[in-house]
Amino acid sequence: MMNLLPVVLTAIVGIVVILSFFVPHPYIAEPAQKLQDWAIVIVASGYVLGAANVYKVNGESAIKRQKDWLYKWVLLGSMSGMMVVGFFFSGGTQFLNEGSPFKWAYDFLYVPMQATMFSLLAFFIASAAFRAFRIRTVDAALLAVAALVVMIGRVPLGNLFTAALPEPIQLPTMANWLLEWPQNAAKRGIAIGAGLGVMATGLRIILGIERSHMREEA
Amino acid sequence: MAFGDTLEKLDRRWIFLLVALLVLIPLLRPLRLPLAVSGPARNFYEAVEAVPEGSIVVLAGDFDPASAPELVPMTKSVVRHLFRKNVRIIALQLWEGGPPLVDAILHQVGDELGKTYGVDYVNLGYKSGREAVMPSFGNSFSRTFPNDYSGTAVSKLPLMREADTFAQTALFVNISAGYPGTKEWVQQVQGRFDVRMVSGSTAVQAPEIYPYLQSGQVLGLLGGMAGAAEYEKSIDVPGAATKGMDAQSSAHMFVAFLILLGNAIYFSRRGAARRAS
Amino acid sequence: MNISMDVGIWIAAALTLFIFSFLYRDNPLYKFAEHLFVGVSAGFVVVQQFWQVLWPNLIQPAVTKGTPEVWKFYLGGLLCVLLFTRLFQGISWMSRYTIAALIGTFAGLKVTGFAQAEVVEQVRATMVPLWTGDLGSSINNIILVVGVITTLVFFFFSKEHKGAIGATARVGIWYLMVSFGAAYGFTVMSRISLLIGRLMFLLDEWLGIVRF
Repeated sequence: MMNLLPVVLTAIVGIVVILSFFVPHPYIAEPAQKLQDWAIVIVASGYVLGAANVYKVNGESAIKRQKDWLYKWVLLGSMSGMMVVGFFFSGGTQFLNEGSPFKWAYDFLYVPMQATMFSLLAFFIASAAFRAFRIRTVDAALLAVAALVVMIGRVPLGNLFTAALPEPIQLPTMANWLLEWPQNAAKRGIAIGAGLGVMATGLRIILGIERSHMREEA
Repeated sequence: MAFGDTLEKLDRRWIFLLVALLVLIPLLRPLRLPLAVSGPARNFYEAVEAVPEGSIVVLAGDFDPASAPELVPMTKSVVRHLFRKNVRIIALQLWEGGPPLVDAILHQVGDELGKTYGVDYVNLGYKSGREAVMPSFGNSFSRTFPNDYSGTAVSKLPLMREADTFAQTALFVNISAGYPGTKEWVQQVQGRFDVRMVSGSTAVQAPEIYPYLQSGQVLGLLGGMAGAAEYEKSIDVPGAATKGMDAQSSAHMFVAFLILLGNAIYFSRRGAARRAS
Repeated sequence: MNISMDVGIWIAAALTLFIFSFLYRDNPLYKFAEHLFVGVSAGFVVVQQFWQVLWPNLIQPAVTKGTPEVWKFYLGGLLCVLLFTRLFQGISWMSRYTIAALIGTFAGLKVTGFAQAEVVEQVRATMVPLWTGDLGSSINNIILVVGVITTLVFFFFSKEHKGAIGATARVGIWYLMVSFGAAYGFTVMSRISLLIGRLMFLLDEWLGIVRF
């Protein structure tokens, strides 16, 4: 019974949401809308739960002085600091308005660190291009040609190289054609396949055949 | 061969250094190479241009600082383009890290062009819930976003009294860095509410949007910094994306060169190995 | 050169350089920035979820007198509270009801969303004339239709890829390779853009050498 009830609940909820796509009557539309309202706050609670988990996992290794314990204190301290500032010293719902201490932390801590973390990938993709991009087969050759045409054809310097040639064989034209036709065809094939896959998985969940999400861990 | 060996064993930090220099030098000494506007970017511009004066447009800025160099310039351009046409904007965000970026753009361009918050534009701020937010927002803007970005009840904002569903708006602009973004808006909202939609995407996501372009689900597309620069050119206001295109060019040429060089070494070694055996 | 006098800009620049130092090798400055980033991000997200989602969409209407259908906010709150039972062994089974409601909602949304946008619309858009009266657009349409069909055949694993199916799947692989190549080209563009953004920050806002 304990296992059956959530499965039945999933089925009812899933069917109501699917029906709301086809039936605009308030008897269906309103419950579906309520479910979406709840989903919004449940996902938000999920983030808070995630943060509690960050405390649990990192707090343990910080207290037990495991590897990198000093850095764990940096993590826990900055996380707690952000929360204290955001909850108590930044004007409540106006916490992200210009001039609030929380907005200051966003501008000068969060933004530069996140942006720089991701910008590191520019260096690694260049290094990988040299070391790992090997044209061993016809398939790899097709991949390389498409990559080079798009890479060079989508920037001004690439335009300059072939500017003297007739328009249909200029690099930007070739890059755009490649994106709009063969590339598009493959992406559409993947999209239709993935669409059918998601529909099948969704129905398996709603019908209770797929239940892996019901496992709970403490 | 020996030269090839040396190159192959080269410390990758030399490559890192070259990448940094090839991006840095064109930023300091720009060449201002001419830029061509691609079809999808032209379609994006024309879709915005076709919005009637005085109408309302929904702008979803679904990104965070990690993709800001690509998406902030295009958001700035589209806001400027809309405000210049006296089109009013209702903005929202579904990515945690991005709301202040979108808010800053709205206020900066709004102040520059003499627009009033609450009348000419509103920022509804952020909601979690990904796909669950989308149809919910389509059914009622005010129910999903009872307060705006700063916590003001939307019932107090004049603009929000004029539009509560997509039927009262002329266009939906999505500036998207991934999930949730353009793909999900197309799946949950575009067909369901019969919305005219355009997308500004990171370059990584742009190829995924092409099937929607050809099917007409998305009317126009800006792909990455190049797309942002093309749009800046279309509205005739060069910005950060245009200024970054020379650096983009030199770095792309270098990566292309690295692919060719790596393979030249590989094939020369393979040829030598075959000859030896 | 018009170097910034703003403490915040200096801190942002220092953190940027700390993270870039990883390119030389892993070091304490990078590790510090890495952990600071995780902590700041986690703290940021919690505060944001509270003030921009939980407060306006749950707590404020639940505690305000005269909210119509206030029970739905209480029920929503209960579902949220049940989620936290996952932290406690013994009662964690209670979170299943919240997960069930959430998964059911998302499964329903995904089924209809994908069916409409990814299957019906994409199949419809592939139903194009193979001869349009113009050679160029006819060739493009043929390339599109052949590409979609062969790519789909490649993903059809219920039958061994031999004979006609094998040959068709082979063509599908070529299309996929072109698609992956284009995606790679665009990925390079994205990554380089991010680096451009950071260098623009250092040159403009911090050092004031160039204005972007």
